Parts: sequence; structure tokens; C-alpha cells
Amino acid sequence: MSAVQEALPAIRGSRDATVRRFALTDSIFHGLTRAAAILVLVLLGGVAISLIAGAWPALSTFGLSFVTTESWNPVTEKFGALAPIYGTIITSAIAILIAVPLGIGIAIFLTELCPRPLRRPIGMAVELLAGIPSIIYGIWGLFVLAPFLQTTIQPFIISVFHGIPGLNSLFAGPPYGIGLLTSAMILAIMILPFITSITKDVFDTVPSVLKESAYGIGCTTWEVTRRVVIPYTRIGIMGGVMLALGRALGETMAVTFVIGNAHRISTSLFAPATTISATIANEFTEAVGDLYTSSLVALGLILFIITFLILAIARYMLMRIDARTGA
Amino acid sequence: MSTAASLHQSRKRKNGVMMTLCVIAAGIGLAWLALILGALLYKGLAGVNLAVFTEMTPPPGDAGGLLNAIYGSIVMTIIGIVVGTPIGVLAGTYMAEYGRFSKLTTVVRFINDILLSAPSIIIGLFVYELMVRPMGHFSAIAGAVALAILVIPVVVRTTEDMLNLVPNALREAGTAIGAPRWVVIRSVAYRAALSGIVTGILLAIARISGETAPLLFTALNNQFWSSNLNAPMASLPVTIFQFALSPYEEWQQLAWTGALIITLTVLGLSIFARSLTGRREDR
Repeated sequence: MSAVQEALPAIRGSRDATVRRFALTDSIFHGLTRAAAILVLVLLGGVAISLIAGAWPALSTFGLSFVTTESWNPVTEKFGALAPIYGTIITSAIAILIAVPLGIGIAIFLTELCPRPLRRPIGMAVELLAGIPSIIYGIWGLFVLAPFLQTTIQPFIISVFHGIPGLNSLFAGPPYGIGLLTSAMILAIMILPFITSITKDVFDTVPSVLKESAYGIGCTTWEVTRRVVIPYTRIGIMGGVMLALGRALGETMAVTFVIGNAHRISTSLFAPATTISATIANEFTEAVGDLYTSSLVALGLILFIITFLILAIARYMLMRIDARTGA
Repeated sequence: MSTAASLHQSRKRKNGVMMTLCVIAAGIGLAWLALILGALLYKGLAGVNLAVFTEMTPPPGDAGGLLNAIYGSIVMTIIGIVVGTPIGVLAGTYMAEYGRFSKLTTVVRFINDILLSAPSIIIGLFVYELMVRPMGHFSAIAGAVALAILVIPVVVRTTEDMLNLVPNALREAGTAIGAPRWVVIRSVAYRAALSGIVTGILLAIARISGETAPLLFTALNNQFWSSNLNAPMASLPVTIFQFALSPYEEWQQLAWTGALIITLTVLGLSIFARSLTGRREDR
């Protein structure tokens, strides 16, 4: 009894020390994880600040005319971003036009039509398309797709639309193979997996009861999809499309191979053009003079702002559908 | 009666047309994958020989290999993973464990998702302004940092998701026997979520091993063997970019072979990563 009482303070002391040690290590670990989380914010902030700092010489020299002029002349140091911005928007828009119907079609196929044992393998194959590095699409586009378009499809389209006003300037020759339309097609292949997998995921969130009640009153599969599934998942699909648009706008390597790198705005979809990212990738290491480099960074800043806004809207939409399903 | 029947017919016909279109869409998607992989195998395999793995990148018009580029890619990928993974895992841990309901977590999750899909060329510009410009020259270490920045969001995302899947009863059991929180996280939560976190790291490796844009003006390229981290270093993607756009046949062949190597690596990594988590879902 007395021996225990004598030992008690020592035990209590070592216990207190252990608890203190636990509390200390725990607060260190807590601080460490918190610092890492804050570092993610600092990264994005750092990206924004460094781009603004790097772009400042160009922006202060050219002002607003930087985004409204087409000329891009390293010799006279006159730089305008209109041609790359135009190329970026046109290629991404066409890519979305091609990829969205295809992607939604594949998602409907996977959720409604595909035999069950094939769903996982096919779904995985489409997602594997998303994992292929963009440079592979680029080399494929340059050596396989572009020659094919140049020798077969483009001459045919040019001859068909030759006499039709409006369309003949949209599809004016000569057929280079590379250019706006080829880039848009490569982009469409690249964003297809994103649209498909997100659309499939949001289709899976539709409660079976809703679909079953529509089938119960005699709707066909298409009517169920068109009147029940798509209206229910509209925000999610829009989010997926915006996410894919963000990808397409910023995609660099695949486009750099097949866009042709010409700083001019042409009405023909077959003409070589350029995009923001392709311009940076092609010219940055060769840029001489601070104003040239700064103009390229300014292009990067414009791309950063556009994709940031698009991605923020996409995430907001996807968050809304997540909140509704409680996932 | 006949109008009802014809309405029924037209509805069925419309359904048939739309569903056929969906099947065609799936066919196009799969055919595209087959076309790309087919061309890659056909053109890439033609150039596979021992020299690819034992010789340096050649000058124009000469035969050679990709040894220095493969070595550079491996080195920068490893450094990128070693730097990026701990930061990503720690940040993910904060979001799932200490700060699961804090405002900071919501903000970080939003920003992280944006970083996840931000154009990688922007990250290249950032690292150029951050490291290359102050140092005055291109370097392998700048390339590795750019890759690390791409690793972080992938790892953060998967770590948070996987830790959120760990049942709370496990954590409570740990706490009930008197373990402090960080011990619970380390020996209970991490262990339960291990396969998921490893999947995230594998996916991150798959992502950065094919990245070209962030290396273009950080690590640049190098025609010769270099293990100096403070000097420009060759990498497989940048070499492919340079060789594919060249007019020399030997270089173009090497580009195809390099593209095949990268694709097989990336596809292998992603299939392996998916099989790790796939087993979890089936359970």
C-alpha cells in the first residue's frame, strides 16, 4: 500500500510526460499537414503572381491592344494576341461540337444498351484513352491523321463546297493536312474520354425509381434517356463539358504538332493557324529580347485566366450535383 | 386506332435510330483507340532494338538510341514523385483527418481540383519564372520541380478520397485505447487506405511520365549523356517532340519507338493502378 503510494507521483509524472509528448507530436503533425494544405493554395497564388509579374512588361507596353491586334512580329517587336486567342477558341469549340454528341452517345450505350459483362472492359478502354499522353496524339495526328485528311477528305470537301458561297471560304484550299480542323479533331479525340466518363458517372446517379416509372408508363429507352435521365443530370453533363473545354483550351503538345503555327486569322478551317499554348511551346525557348518573352508569358496569363474561369464554373456545377446526391 | 398504331411505330423507329447512333458512337470511340494503338505498335515496333536502350540520341542522319532520354525521364520522374508525394499525402491527410469540416479544406479542395486540370504549360511558365530565370540557365532540377507540382494535385485528391472511405469506427477504436491522433492516422487510417494512396501515386507517375509541355523550358533537352541535375537534361517526351518534327528519317523512327515506350509504360501503370482499387470495389 505504502509502496504504491510512494510510486504514484513518479507514475503520474511519467504519465504526464507521455501525454505532453503525445500532444506535442500531434500538434507538430497537425501543423505539418495544415502547412501542406496551405501550400496547395500558395502554389496557385504563386502561379498567378509569377505570370502577372512576367507579363507586366508586355501588358504595360501594349495595353489593351495586346488582345485586339493580330500582328505578331518579333523583328519590329509588335505583339498582338488576337490570332492565338482566335485559334484557341475555334479549335476548342469545334472539338466540343464533335466530342459532346459522341461522348453522350457512348455514355448512353454504356449505361443502357451494353451487355453487362462488356460494360467494365469498354468503360475502361475509353478511360485508357484519357491516360495516353498528349504527345502520342500529336505524333499520331502529324504522321497518320494529317496525311490521310490531306490526300482524301480535304480535297473532296473542297471540291464539293467549291461553288457554294459562304461554305467555300470556310473550306478553302489548298489542303495542307495540318490546320484548324485537324487540331480540332485531335482535341475531340482527347476530350472524348473525359466527357464519356463524367456523363456515365452522372447518369448512374439517376434514381432507378425515376427511370422505372417512365418505363412503366410505356416509354422507349430513348424517351427515358431524353425526358428523364438527361434533364435530371443536365448540370452534371454541363460540368463535364466545361471540364473538357478547360482541357481542350489548355492542351499543348497534340495541337502544336498539327496546327501549323501561322500567326494569322483565316476564315478557312483548312488553313494553318496557331493557339496560345502552341505559340508558347514553339517560340518560348527561341524568344530573344525581354519584350518577346514577356509577350509569351502574357499569352500564358490569358490562357490561365480563361481556363481558371472555365474550370471554376465546371467544378461549381459538378459540386452541385454531388451535393444533391449526397455523395 | 390506326393513328395510335402509327405513333407507336414512329416512336419505336425513333428509338431504334437513336440507339443505333449510340452504338455507332461507341464503335467510333473504340475504333479510334484501336487506330492509335495500332499505328503506334506498327511504327514503333519497327525501330525496337537493343541500340535504343544502350546508345545516346544520335546527331541528324545517324543511327543511335534513346538511352540518355530514358535516363533523364526516369531521374526527373523519380525526383518529381519524391518531392511531390509527401506534400500531397500530408495535404490530403489534413483535408480528410484534421480539417475534414473546416473552411480551409473546402477552399483547398476547390483550388486543388483546378490545379488538377490546369494546362501543364502554365506550370512550365511558372517554374521558368520561379527557377530558370533566377538561376540563369535551364536545369534538370527545374524540370523535376515542374513535374512535382503536377504530382501534388493528383496525390492530394486520391489521398483525401481514400482516407474518407476509412470507416470512423476504426479511428474511434484506436482513440479508445489511448492512441493520440497522429498515431491513429499513421497506423490505422494510412494502413486501411494504403492501396488507394498507392494507386494515386501510380496514376501520378503515369501522368508525369508523358508530360512534355512543362519540361520544354525547364529541363530543355540535351543531346548527350548528363547526370548533372544543374544542367539541361534530355527526356523522352521532349526528345520525341524534337525528333518527330525533324525532317530526318532516323529521328522520326526513334520518335515513334520512344512514343511506344512511353505509351506502354503509361498504359501498364494505369491498368496496374486500376487493378489495385478495382479489387476494393468488387469486395
